[in-house]
Amino acid sequence: MKGELHAAFLRSPHAHATFRIADTTRASAVAGVVRILTAEDIDVVCTPWTCVLQNAPDLKSPVQRPLARGRVAFQGETVALVVARSRAAAEDALEHIEIEWQDLPATASLKTAATDRSIRAHPDMADNICWTFEHRAGDPDKAFAEAAAVVSETLTFIRSTGVPLEPRGILASYDPAINGLSVHVSHQMPHQLQLHLAELLGMSPLDVRVVCSDVGGGFGIKMHIYPEEVAVCAASKILGRPVKFIADRIESLLSDVHAREHIVEAKMALDSRGRIIAIAVDDIQGLGAYSVYPRSSTAEAMSALRAVGGPYRFDNYHAKLRSVLQNRVMTGQYRSVGHPVAAAVTETLVDKAARLRGEDPLEFRRRNFLPLDAMPWISPMGARMIDLSHHACLDRLIDLVDYRNLRSQIAARREQGCVVGFGVASFVEFTATGAEAYGRANVPVSSLDGVVLTLEPTGEVRASCSAAEIGQGIQQGLAQIIADALGIAPEKVRVMVGDTAISPHGGGAWSSRGASITGEAAWRAGRALRDGMLSVAAKMLQTSPESLTMRDGRIVNVASGTDHMGLDELARTSLFQPFNLPAGTQAQLTVAQTWGREADPFLPTNGIQASLVEIDRSSGLVRLLRHWVVEDCGRLINPLLVDEQIRGGVVQGIGEALYEACRYNDDGQFTSGTLADYLVPMAADMPDITIAHVETPYSGSLLGAKGAGESGTCGAPAAVLNAVNDALSPFHEGPAITTLPVSPVEVLRVLGILPEGAA
Amino acid sequence: MIDEPSTEIECVVNGESIRARVPFRQSLVDFLRHGLGLTGSHVGCEHGICGACHVVVDGRVVRGCLMLAVQVHGRMVSTIENSQPHRFVKALQESFYQRAALQCGFCTPGMILQAAELLQRNLAPTRGEIRDALSGNYCRCTGYQAIVDAVETAAQTLRLQEGETAVADIGHLRDDNQTSLHS
Amino acid sequence: MKPVVFQYRNPKTLSEALALLSEYRDDVAVLSGGQSLMPMLNLRVAQPAMLVDINLVNGLDAIRCDDDGVSIGGRTRHNDVLRSAAVAKNLPLLTQAMTHVAHEAIRNRGTLGGSLALADPAAELPACTVCLGGKIVAASVDGERRIDASDFFLDMYTTALDAHEVIVRVEFPRFDPNWRFAFDEVARRHGDFAVAGLAMAMRCEDGIVVDARIAFTGVEPMPRRLSDVEACFIGSRLDEPDNRIRARTALCDTLSPIDSGEFPPAYRVHVAGELLERLAAQLANANSG
Repeated sequence: MKGELHAAFLRSPHAHATFRIADTTRASAVAGVVRILTAEDIDVVCTPWTCVLQNAPDLKSPVQRPLARGRVAFQGETVALVVARSRAAAEDALEHIEIEWQDLPATASLKTAATDRSIRAHPDMADNICWTFEHRAGDPDKAFAEAAAVVSETLTFIRSTGVPLEPRGILASYDPAINGLSVHVSHQMPHQLQLHLAELLGMSPLDVRVVCSDVGGGFGIKMHIYPEEVAVCAASKILGRPVKFIADRIESLLSDVHAREHIVEAKMALDSRGRIIAIAVDDIQGLGAYSVYPRSSTAEAMSALRAVGGPYRFDNYHAKLRSVLQNRVMTGQYRSVGHPVAAAVTETLVDKAARLRGEDPLEFRRRNFLPLDAMPWISPMGARMIDLSHHACLDRLIDLVDYRNLRSQIAARREQGCVVGFGVASFVEFTATGAEAYGRANVPVSSLDGVVLTLEPTGEVRASCSAAEIGQGIQQGLAQIIADALGIAPEKVRVMVGDTAISPHGGGAWSSRGASITGEAAWRAGRALRDGMLSVAAKMLQTSPESLTMRDGRIVNVASGTDHMGLDELARTSLFQPFNLPAGTQAQLTVAQTWGREADPFLPTNGIQASLVEIDRSSGLVRLLRHWVVEDCGRLINPLLVDEQIRGGVVQGIGEALYEACRYNDDGQFTSGTLADYLVPMAADMPDITIAHVETPYSGSLLGAKGAGESGTCGAPAAVLNAVNDALSPFHEGPAITTLPVSPVEVLRVLGILPEGAA
Repeated sequence: MIDEPSTEIECVVNGESIRARVPFRQSLVDFLRHGLGLTGSHVGCEHGICGACHVVVDGRVVRGCLMLAVQVHGRMVSTIENSQPHRFVKALQESFYQRAALQCGFCTPGMILQAAELLQRNLAPTRGEIRDALSGNYCRCTGYQAIVDAVETAAQTLRLQEGETAVADIGHLRDDNQTSLHS
Repeated sequence: MKPVVFQYRNPKTLSEALALLSEYRDDVAVLSGGQSLMPMLNLRVAQPAMLVDINLVNGLDAIRCDDDGVSIGGRTRHNDVLRSAAVAKNLPLLTQAMTHVAHEAIRNRGTLGGSLALADPAAELPACTVCLGGKIVAASVDGERRIDASDFFLDMYTTALDAHEVIVRVEFPRFDPNWRFAFDEVARRHGDFAVAGLAMAMRCEDGIVVDARIAFTGVEPMPRRLSDVEACFIGSRLDEPDNRIRARTALCDTLSPIDSGEFPPAYRVHVAGELLERLAAQLANANSG
């Protein structure tokens, strides 16, 4: 943008410290610097925020600001903003800001932070507990007491982060002449961001435009309100100039929302017939320094608790949660939000139970899966299980992997001394979250989406939708749906998304909702436009609308097939020669539909994944030989795009299982700060992934589509973990590995190659 | 313009003669993006690991974040925007599109330029060789499989263009349903 | 991140380059391949006042073969070494090792001299150079000097190279056809720096090992010849399994493994031992008959 300035942030190098910015004059004198802003400057134009959930009044999260004031609570927290003529000049200035730091004790391990009050992430709080939650269904204590067998395990999940290849970035341009803020940002929810920016900057949403185009991957990382983005908008408002901030990879790894830091103690009670009668989980969630705004990091843990035990029928459940504040960056929603944790916990217990009973893990699952004739069924966490296909997916998987043959091949390889394993993970993933989830908390998240269709004189259709495109292909999907609904070719539909100026308020991209929510709205809008235009045509032709249909952009007679006219001719007549229509017709070429699901706040989908691994004895490294997915995500709008979403999700899940960890040293310093330290899956180490589908349409909508985009990530870590533990089962009683990502050092200990405590 | 040590360079970018003044410390990819408006090459890490910044300098794929702009003085640079792309690039663009081997698209230019270089060296790569050659290009969206498929397809197309028969391709067919402990 | 401001020169001759290095020796960096230096500049870990770009200097990237051996210019790109027929024929160890070095685009720019001067403890080429007994030829305004590879690598990221010197070539000796070479490494992901890597060379006459050269990367702060381990092979048959076991014991005794990152010392020692046994067996099989 002409006249744009560039921003760089001074970030805390300490996990916990008080600070005083002593002097900025030397920094201001650096060539190219325009202005240096601190909390004092930003607070004039921007209010701070606090994560508040109305239905969780005891949730304690401190106030958060675009730039911290007086104390920082995580390494990387922003304390000053330099605006300069280039990013390089801004960085030059950072080094000259005179700032005094006073180290404070920082929280250490998650377990310690949960119980030790002597080191608090926020000194003015009594402890480190942001929130607690407990839920009982049925009588779990009784069930455990009377159980024929109980299996238990504690699983530890180390933090990971999303690493979208395009880092976060924003160009904010405030024009004082019109009191208008225009924002181009790599983000998943234009309308949510618009609403919050307006609120924080004391503006009307009418004066704030947010455009999210060509987002280079989001994965949930870009759905949050970040201090940096707000600070940049505030800076633009203060300066009256466009300000651009592009996070570099170092600050992305450091300050992007992290995810999935949990310690889960779990147990499962079985009756004498090998049926699951109860599950109990005690979850400690590493939340970070603040509960992420506005949706709350606790949503991740709740999503996990809701998904535990997913595909199984069981009546007794005890879930406990402690969401713990830490001197680390926030954790929050990241692809499949909590589900991978739930799947890993559940499926590890299931494999353990099957092993205890000396039976095939697939047969154990088969016995315990919620059967078709039991649905709809309300789960112990109150979610309605409907339109699921656990048994069908299992059968398909058995077929796909050629199970019996595979097991004998594995046996043969083990005879040769190879360490080979096969693991399975079945799961329920809740998608396309409805209004209850955030509405009851009074968090302004839209679970509805809107579509506005306009018929052009050429018979083509322009669609403005409140979805957001982050690479998942929703634009393509919506074009297909609209074209099908209307009766024209998909190439004749142009879908525009991601711009608050052109589409109604809606939810953007999260929770795999594009097809099932925006798609539903698009279908209805397409049908409405079709019905409207056929009505007009009927009037022109002096016949009934029912006798006509639209086929490939032509209006034809249903019975005789007679081609009466093209949609383009009808549009032109309506616009340019309305005198050729009966008086009072007033053809409506623009149609809008908003739709949100009223039933099922959490729309369940199901799937089963399998992983075949070989462990290298010489290094403990896990080689992925094959991976399979059988997924039921309802009606498939574009199978090609869905499958590729699944593959990408699986590889992300593999990353969590084997490579990805946000690590900290004993001083609380982040040690995974570059892509040489934080390891993401690359092409040479990944397997080919075979995918099959079962299609059970959702009965609560016309389209029958469900969410699919996150399912790969949902089940992959669990499948890989079970495969690794299966490989190690000849060497170890019970699951050998209970920490993700799998440590090659730990594997060698289990194999007896390295002694215990070899570090 | 900022007053910092800089110099004039002359080079050819996508067939066009360019003269520009560049700060010494400006990277090649920043020069292409901000100096020339060629935003097809992307910045993903600035420490040479992700491959989003790939461009071609004097016929070799390089990481645009690991070269200085000043270093292309007197050189020929080709980016994904080259309107006279090498026919290998064209074939890959087509096969990537058909196979849905891109989702957000951020890695795609770097991936295609690297794959084109592989095919120029080896027009019948195995899937393993493709994965190896692309092992320095990070993709978060696709999980790589569709990309490997697309490179295989482009290779086949290019081989046919060069007059070879499809017989040589039989060895590269893979059977998804054949379960084996060796991938 | 963007680098700190620096001055930059790209001399066309070696003597110009050396003069610049001498003048700015207290605060200068040599830009060769740039694949390690540029990230350090971008991260502001390196902040030289003067950057001397040697990419325009002639004669630094030649691969030459003669009766004495193979000499590889300091600025020879990794991919040129990888694809050189002369290297494949005379120094197949380098060809094998090069497939493990980073990735394509990095190998198109990265140089042999750059890798040796950096002396990353987990890099492949320093270990290979030590194994092959290469001589690093360093030039400066004071002239040329040859430094034996075994004297070159002093510690992690620390070499015998002075700040005003540049590696102009590496001279490798001639190896007669009785030599066998093997390189392998274990890395977290393909192309990553080695958790442990082994450069091994054995010379056999009638199946008896008469000379052995063993150097690891990734296990100790810098690569070195492990004479105690080599001694376990010399004088007996290459395919004698007991030697491998004895060598592994000697290896565990002699190594002073680093302790960093995800992997404790015991892990690196174990992987090193596995590589030792595997490559020795590999050489034995190749040599049989």
